[in-house]
Amino acid sequence: MGLDDIFTASVFASAIRLATPYIFSALGETFAQRSGVLNLGVDGMMLMGAFTGFYAVYLAQQAETVSEPVSLLLGVAVALIVGGLMGLAMAFVSVTLKAKQGISGIGVYLFGLGLSELLFQQWVGTPKSVSGFPRINFPVLTDLPIVGEIFFHHNLLVYVAFALVPISAFVLNNTTFGLMIRAVGQNPEAADAMGVSVTRVRYATTTIGGMLAGLAGASLSIALINLFQQNLTAGQGFIAVALVYFGGWRPWTVAAGAMLFSFVNALQLQIKVVGADIPSEFAVMAPYVITIIALVFATKRHEQPTALTKPYERGE
Amino acid sequence: MAGRLNRLIDFAPVLIALILALLVASVLLLALNANPLEAYDFMLQGAAGSENALAETLVKATPILFVGIGITIAFRGGMINIGGEGQMIAGALAGVTVALVMGEMRVPPELAKEKGAFDLIIVACSLVGGFLMGALYGGLAGFLKAYFDVNEILSTIMLNQIAVQMMNFLLNGILLDPAEAGFNNIPKTARLVTAAQLPRFSINIDLPRQIGEIQHIELFARTRLHWGLLIAVFLAVIIYIFLWRTSLGYRIRAVGENQRASSYAGINVKRQMMFSMFLAGGFAGLAGVVQVLGLQYRLQTDGSPAGFTGAAGFNGIVAALFGGLNPIGAIPAAAFFGGLLVGAQKMQRELGVPASLITAVNGLIVVFVVSSEIFILQRSKRRVSVAENETPTLNPSPIKREGLASSDDGEEDG
Repeated sequence: MGLDDIFTASVFASAIRLATPYIFSALGETFAQRSGVLNLGVDGMMLMGAFTGFYAVYLAQQAETVSEPVSLLLGVAVALIVGGLMGLAMAFVSVTLKAKQGISGIGVYLFGLGLSELLFQQWVGTPKSVSGFPRINFPVLTDLPIVGEIFFHHNLLVYVAFALVPISAFVLNNTTFGLMIRAVGQNPEAADAMGVSVTRVRYATTTIGGMLAGLAGASLSIALINLFQQNLTAGQGFIAVALVYFGGWRPWTVAAGAMLFSFVNALQLQIKVVGADIPSEFAVMAPYVITIIALVFATKRHEQPTALTKPYERGE
Repeated sequence: MAGRLNRLIDFAPVLIALILALLVASVLLLALNANPLEAYDFMLQGAAGSENALAETLVKATPILFVGIGITIAFRGGMINIGGEGQMIAGALAGVTVALVMGEMRVPPELAKEKGAFDLIIVACSLVGGFLMGALYGGLAGFLKAYFDVNEILSTIMLNQIAVQMMNFLLNGILLDPAEAGFNNIPKTARLVTAAQLPRFSINIDLPRQIGEIQHIELFARTRLHWGLLIAVFLAVIIYIFLWRTSLGYRIRAVGENQRASSYAGINVKRQMMFSMFLAGGFAGLAGVVQVLGLQYRLQTDGSPAGFTGAAGFNGIVAALFGGLNPIGAIPAAAFFGGLLVGAQKMQRELGVPASLITAVNGLIVVFVVSSEIFILQRSKRRVSVAENETPTLNPSPIKREGLASSDDGEEDG
């Protein structure tokens, strides 16, 4: 067994696919954190998005009243709405009630973990699969050797995730809304004095973060794995939060971190497949070890939004 | 009188949280076509309806209490420790190794006369081993926070995942029960010898019925209740004294309340951060090793993240918050959550409502407890607005401001 067996085109392809949920959720978290809200409930929101999105598709496909593409879009819509509502709740708790964000986020996580499992057991029972987003076949491109397999043989949500990277960077860096987000996260007093509503901006970013977390969950349950089971995300939402720190709160680097992480993950899966002489537990462990090491070396303190985790109190 | 009133108000967020969580849970139950009152009745029966039910509740509460004490120390020290799961596993791995190795040893001749003395040494060494390994695992996150500014929430979450894999690796390898090797390969260690087990206990009560006639009652005989509970309750009291009556405990709380002020006051903030995480990890480690020595008599898992811990590492966080970040308060809180978990199983059997409802309710309680702090904060702010100072001694409420100070509150250190 040589390196050729490990670094195959399919590993690069699956790295791109596996990055999808991380990119969605980490970009959403980037918006929230840039405005000063640390949303640690991402994983719970992902789980709820994953379940509700899956369940909507499942019901629609069972009833056969709508076509498959419509059922999938319905699933995406439901996941966005449910994630958004949870983001809204998180905003209420951390912006209006000024609760400690690190801990309230764990509460939101436990809530999403428990509720998604509860509803799944009650309404679905055993893991059932749906027909998820199909892979897209591009004319000519998909048939290209290697390049075709790596880049042009994915489902729609994969491309949406990658398209969101430049869009998020543009919104954050080049729009008034982005300026407001950054101002609120960096210096809420000054932003407030300029007439920017700190509360409104933080509500908006946290809700966006929730929607993207919901979509991230759905990308697992109706596009990548096409089923739901308890604790489907297995902590991916927490990795997403770590990726935001790792990526220095900038969409491009956050996405690059997501790619790196999912590449390690894909390698890990491949090593299992080819049966290399590494215990599978260490392979599974590797991404987490690498994340910690990355946090040790890559935490760029000066780039952290100054007001992160700090509720805004007007006037003293 | 005023003092008593204040204390009542201190626990107001907890009561508000409980009522709100029950309300939301009722709505959920109604949505699932279950009668909430009926469900709560079954839960109560399951948790405390019989001697055995009560014992099971306390058995479930034991690891939650250990973790809860540790989380209380960490949160008081300003460290948000989410790593209870991983620290439990680290402690259990070390403790079970000590217990297995020492269980194989021959009793030294000078101890052979004293029956049970060597057993006590085995158990004590296993507990200490478990504490230390958990403490090192927790301390690692504290170290990374203190010297590399790695967010402890994130590092402890990663360390949880790493611990699970390490456990799976060891239980499939060198720690695998020799009886399993080559057959089923179910990931579990060999069973501990009796000498290495933490004994069970029962309570003997003599009730005077009539003059000259005494009824003898043995409570909790033939239940799984073990000494772990007594150790946990004892340590809760010790940690209460430690935190509020010793200078070392004072320093931990001072750092939790205001890092900058503590630093100016000459406290080594970095060292205190590591120390509070060290202790927190140690208690979670004890939770793990006590589960092995007192209940399962072996370390086993189904390979899933909560396969061994039963999510006690997370429930301990909930219990710590619910206990008002006070080790004594954590005792009833842990018993309450133990009861919820045991009672939910009865509810699941009787009504078919999945017990995972409790995970969701726990999450709600966490959110509600931290959310309702604002009302206390506003109230005490009105009271102290005359003397606006932030010295660590200002301590009007157990939850307020203290403990969970934003982790970014100044990091200057000598």
